[in-house]
Amino acid sequence: MELQSIWFFLWGLLWAVFFLTDGFDFGIGTIYPVIGKTDKDKRVMLNSMGPLWDGNEVWLITAGGVTFAAFPKVYATMFSSLYTPLMLILFALIFRGVALHFRGKIEHPVWKNVWDTLIFLGSFLPALLFGVAFANIFQGIPFDGEGLYHGNTLKLLNPYGLLGGALFVLLFIVHGANWMAIKATGDLKERAVAMSSKAWLALVPVAVIFLVASWFATDLWNNYFTYPILFLVVLLNVAALLSIRFFTAKQAYFKAWFASGLTIVLCTFYGVIGLFPALFPSSLNPEWNLTAFNASSSPLTLKIMLGVVLVFIPIVICYQIWAYHLFKDPITDEDLGLDEAY
Amino acid sequence: MDPVFLSRLQFAAATMFHFLFVPLTLGLSVLIAYMETKYARTGEKVYLRMTKFWGKLFLINFALGVVTGITLEFQFGTNWSRYSEYVGDIFGSLLAIEASVAFFLESTFIGIWIFGWKKLSAKAHATVMWLVAIAGNFSAIWILIANGFMQNPVGYTIRNGRAELTDFFAVITNKHAILEIVHVVPASLLLGAFFIMGISAWYLLKKQHVEIFQKSFRIALMVGLVCALWTGFSGDMHGINVSKTQPAKLAAMEAHWETQERAPIILFALPAAHREENIIEIGSIPGMLSFLGFHDFNAEVTGLKDIPKDERPPVFLTFVGFRTMVGLGTLMIGLMVYGWFRRNKLMESPTFLKIMLWSIPVPWIAMEAGWLVSEIGRQPWIVYGLMKTADAGSPIMASQVAVSLIGFILVYGLLGAVGVFLIAKSVKEGPEAETN
Ligand code: HDD
Ligand code: HEM
Ligand code: HEM
Repeated sequence: MELQSIWFFLWGLLWAVFFLTDGFDFGIGTIYPVIGKTDKDKRVMLNSMGPLWDGNEVWLITAGGVTFAAFPKVYATMFSSLYTPLMLILFALIFRGVALHFRGKIEHPVWKNVWDTLIFLGSFLPALLFGVAFANIFQGIPFDGEGLYHGNTLKLLNPYGLLGGALFVLLFIVHGANWMAIKATGDLKERAVAMSSKAWLALVPVAVIFLVASWFATDLWNNYFTYPILFLVVLLNVAALLSIRFFTAKQAYFKAWFASGLTIVLCTFYGVIGLFPALFPSSLNPEWNLTAFNASSSPLTLKIMLGVVLVFIPIVICYQIWAYHLFKDPITDEDLGLDEAY
Repeated sequence: MDPVFLSRLQFAAATMFHFLFVPLTLGLSVLIAYMETKYARTGEKVYLRMTKFWGKLFLINFALGVVTGITLEFQFGTNWSRYSEYVGDIFGSLLAIEASVAFFLESTFIGIWIFGWKKLSAKAHATVMWLVAIAGNFSAIWILIANGFMQNPVGYTIRNGRAELTDFFAVITNKHAILEIVHVVPASLLLGAFFIMGISAWYLLKKQHVEIFQKSFRIALMVGLVCALWTGFSGDMHGINVSKTQPAKLAAMEAHWETQERAPIILFALPAAHREENIIEIGSIPGMLSFLGFHDFNAEVTGLKDIPKDERPPVFLTFVGFRTMVGLGTLMIGLMVYGWFRRNKLMESPTFLKIMLWSIPVPWIAMEAGWLVSEIGRQPWIVYGLMKTADAGSPIMASQVAVSLIGFILVYGLLGAVGVFLIAKSVKEGPEAETN
């Protein structure tokens, strides 16, 4: 495979891992006002992502950085075309980050309410907007050969775009609820399990409609018909989606969490494979599509970056797995008693 | 309104705000890691209480550093897309390396540090803090290499209508970048040290928690003295390099209009760019500029008049920024040297303690002034000699940038106020009571 194709899939992988990891943080923040009834519930929820969310968020920074390094033209066109939604995501992430740290600093209901609202918005909005943005990218974005954007931000909220948003939100809710089923005890755990099941029931039809709508709204399926072996990815995806329910029913919550994570990765790859070789298709003229071949960096940069990524990303994965392992047990009262706890 | 102008305002606001937290993160992390190591080695509780107290302040600051950094990472794409396309081959890879080599380490281990007190042994926990400190400083190194490329582009060739990498080694050993690193890293430690000394002074003046804060003060004083001298020394080397590679910046830093040998240094002046002269000049030392710029009293120094008008940086801010930085740097060296002689008599030096308390903002002002010199002095170039800032913007609408700019100002203003309030609150609460 050429360097550019390798980089195309690494690019997709980094986004997938970002959705996989920060996805459950977004999910927890989204269901936070619903299943977090008492202040203690809320603290359990926050502390269950406390040690991990910051490391998870770096996958976004790396996905952005790698887009810049390997496909500078895509980085430039994608982020300037999607200026307003991206800014909204960034502000939402700012609020989520400070809210987590600041909420517990003052014992006052108004203070806590403000940050609680921001935790919800800071999780729900990115989940929704990433879904909307990627669905729109699958459809193509109205930009010309000069990288000039001719669209209108509100048009991103078209039916297919919103469907993508709903798909992401539901995926993340299931994934987050599964993590809470691992980390919580008692009533909260039960509510998390119930939430996971309910959201799953909504997720299945949305996923099916999304796959069908992709036939009409996008060209994603073309690659699959050219190389039918790729349908395996879709089949695996369906299997992963179904196995979430299977494991939840058996109260095997770790396995359920793995299954929802796998579903997220495979959903992302469903789109990425369909896009290949385009990273950022133009809806005005396919000749203006930004692809792995016409938008990449020089071979030297791609080679150096490949070396960096192949050495450091496995190291990162090792120490992040260690971190997850360290914090895999349910939150105890002792954990909440720590000075540093959220 | 011009979107590029608004983007400049936005970028300046966003980076300068980010850089209120960055140097404290860099400086405090090292100092806290040192304190915690002392605890792990000796088991003395006073070091544990110290670590926890400074750690609490550190974390509030860290949170703001992280969230303000993320917006920067994406602003090159949102607001500077022409720039990103043109130099992404080189600049983008430096940002990506920074994320995969440094940010992951820093962010993963800070989570472990916060929540891992009961899960790790004292030694392992202290090691985790060292990893955070090292990762933070690594990230500084990579971002400064990226900035160094903008100041003094090397290791590239123009091909396919953009700058393409030809020599990675040249990029990472860029002299300008190395000088930035050896200037900014000690300056950050100096800032961290001033923060610790100032707050310790407040407690020492009130005669509370004397043991903790006397020890903290002495550790910070030792670091502060070394770093004040080191910052000044590396700043001088930086100046010599700038005079060679960016003559327009040097001339603007000194409000120096006429090309001449034995160029003087002017202590105070009021430069007027439209009249191409200084309206007021006070205190001129002949030959001093030639000496500082080239270490030779007779060297010729290019004046602004010999630089094409459209390649001259704004003079006023560059000039004032430079004077502020060097003035405050000299002041800090003085304070540290004096402090060194009083190090064993702190409780008998209330005036010195008061001065240190009021000096907490001084290194911050010097930092921000330094960046103003370095960035405004580089104008009108975004990449020196290669691309003009005016050509670097995204093809976006001014209204979009105006809205996000207002958003940044409101949100950052609010967050800054909350952050300062929370830090002040934690300072007032003081260290935990002694427990056994
Ligand atoms: C000299 C040091 C320095 C400079 C010039 C900058 N930063 Fe910074 N940055 C840091 C030093 C740093 C740090 C000390 O490493 C931070 C502060 C808090 C933290 O977590 O890391 C950080 C955080 C930070 C983060 C969040 C990382 C995380 O989640 O852990 C991002 C994405 C950036 N920065 C990006 C930038 C960009 C794009 C800059 C240039 C315009 C920039 N920084 C200037
Ligand atoms: C964090 C410390 C930094 C501060 C405080 C800072 C400050 C500034 C300021 C004040 C400006 C506006 C100058 C003007 O418009 O006249 C600016 C512009 C800019 N700086 Fe920096 N800078 C910092 C670090 C960096 C770094 C590390 C980079 C690159 C990696 C960078 C890249 C830029 C870019 C792209 C612009 C916009 C174009 C321009 O106006 O020059 N800056 N910065
Ligand atoms: C005491 C004497 C000092 C001298 C002679 C000095 C010299 C310099 C010079 C010449 C530059 C410009 C480099 C460029 O334009 O690219 C610079 C930049 C800078 N200075 Fe200083 N400096 C001094 C003290 C300080 C202090 C005390 C601080 C902060 C605590 C500081 C922080 C900075 C920063 C943040 C920059 C911008 C980044 C860079 O270009 O390295 N400086 N300094």
